[in-house]
Amino acid sequence: MTKHTKPSSTFTTSELLAVMASRLMTNGQVVFAGIGVPLLAATLAQRLFAPQLTILFEGGTIGPFIVPGELPPSTNEQRCTRRSNMVLPITDVLLLLQRGYVDIGFMGGAQIDRFGNLNSSFIGDAENPKIRLPGTGGGNDISSLTNMIVAMKHEKRRFVADVDFITSPGWLKGGGTRKDSGLPQGGMWRVVTDLAIMGFDDETRQMKVLGLHHGVTREQVQENTGFELKFDGKIETTAPPRADELAVLRELDPRALYTA
Amino acid sequence: MGIEPLVKSYSALRHETLTRDRGLREKVMTLEEAAKLVHDGDHVAIGGCTVSRTPIAMVWALIRARKRDLVISRSITSTEGDLFFASEVSKHVITSWFTQGIVWGVSKVMRHHTENKLARFEEWSHMSIGLRYRAGAMGIPFMPSRTMLGSDVGKQVKDEIKVMDCPFTGEKIVLLPALNPDIALIHVQRCDAFGNAQLDGLQFMDIDMAMAANKVILTTERIVSNDQIRRTPDRTRIPFFTVDAVVEAPFGCAPHECYGLYEPFFTHLDHYAKISSQDPVKGPQQYLEEFYYGPKSWPDYLAKLGMDALLDASRRGRSVHND
Repeated sequence: MTKHTKPSSTFTTSELLAVMASRLMTNGQVVFAGIGVPLLAATLAQRLFAPQLTILFEGGTIGPFIVPGELPPSTNEQRCTRRSNMVLPITDVLLLLQRGYVDIGFMGGAQIDRFGNLNSSFIGDAENPKIRLPGTGGGNDISSLTNMIVAMKHEKRRFVADVDFITSPGWLKGGGTRKDSGLPQGGMWRVVTDLAIMGFDDETRQMKVLGLHHGVTREQVQENTGFELKFDGKIETTAPPRADELAVLRELDPRALYTA
Repeated sequence: MGIEPLVKSYSALRHETLTRDRGLREKVMTLEEAAKLVHDGDHVAIGGCTVSRTPIAMVWALIRARKRDLVISRSITSTEGDLFFASEVSKHVITSWFTQGIVWGVSKVMRHHTENKLARFEEWSHMSIGLRYRAGAMGIPFMPSRTMLGSDVGKQVKDEIKVMDCPFTGEKIVLLPALNPDIALIHVQRCDAFGNAQLDGLQFMDIDMAMAANKVILTTERIVSNDQIRRTPDRTRIPFFTVDAVVEAPFGCAPHECYGLYEPFFTHLDHYAKISSQDPVKGPQQYLEEFYYGPKSWPDYLAKLGMDALLDASRRGRSVHND
């Protein structure tokens, strides 16, 4: 089990996100991970306390072990296949989500709203966008079919009341709207930021703060959010990243490609 | 070209296949000869994914041949999509994600062309693209699926999909139209002169794409004998009768990756990202002049990438065999 060592005082935002997200994993889970913080967090969990956790990559890999210092630039390079159990066509690895073999989908986010919907397609109006973003990739599929963790920076411009465009569905308009739209399974479970950890109300499906990181106030989280946040009845304070957690991250990403 | 129906009629699909020469015949040719099989306005499916096993040599040949109005489809689109737009070979890309790669930031070239409405990036979810090729490969008109519901991704393509209540369960499902490309471009590690192709590592959507397409151009790192293929038929992934052209193109994905042989040419890709970000018009034009229009031949293109870069990418590429 987890070996508790003393907290470390210096870490980057990405390292904080990876550590906090890794602690949400459970041994034995099958995790569909994006590149960057999601991959680092899943690998960290695997190394420290979840040896039976399996990572899936959208490129078609089941159960890889990433070589430290050789992090893949996307989920589709040969680096993603190192010491894996199996490689599949893309369509078939995504179909594992539809069939129900995946416990957690885990990705980064550009823009999120109060119901956990994600936008990675358009900033502004889709017909006349201010910025055309790269799009869904597998994001729409993953978030339509399984329980989601999103890790992102907590900024007002990223946390908006309603996203400009729903690329990856969260709880849509709240309540039972997700189920009614034909998405009976999965949904946004946790949002991890550099300030807090958030979940969603069981009834209204509105985002609510579950935990604050060490030294962060409620006001600070609210100030950096573009809509009124709910706070859970009992807010916990997360333990800061420990030296052993940071050591693993720095071994995996020695050139700080994803942890700068 | 007239406006074609979204889904090809079954009789048209079967007729096209019937009229293809499916005999066990040699079909080795040059990049330039293979480029002639692609016609202006064709729907061209691109194998590989992001910067992996992209059939760059064939992309290079199509851009040099100044093709026009190609409709491009691919699972995820990287630098080749930028270059299709910048060269005006295509103004319409169907894909799930379009940018060089996450580590290089959002493509300024894609942004320039789509935000100024010079070209279209038609976005589908990744699985939906895959299931569209699969339906095409299966000879059926559509595939039922459970994603793109509720989201705006589905709304953007609402005229091309159908949402229905499942006749068995009553659940809401999406029907995705089959995609049968006019031609698929696929790069493999090895194949024989007939087109029996063996590919190592990640397959992406290439097998479905080959089966769905009405023509396939294979580029290959090397052409091997039919005897060698017959020694390990379990490793053959694309059968010869789906293939119309075989082109030997060593380093045919450079500067992208080819599993087990070379990794992405990171320094070169950093350079492309830099010049295309600085100026999304002049940057890719300068790149096209230097690396696409300028070289006399494919080996000349590889020489421009540089021996150091080829050796470095190869050294990293072979590392997967060294665990």
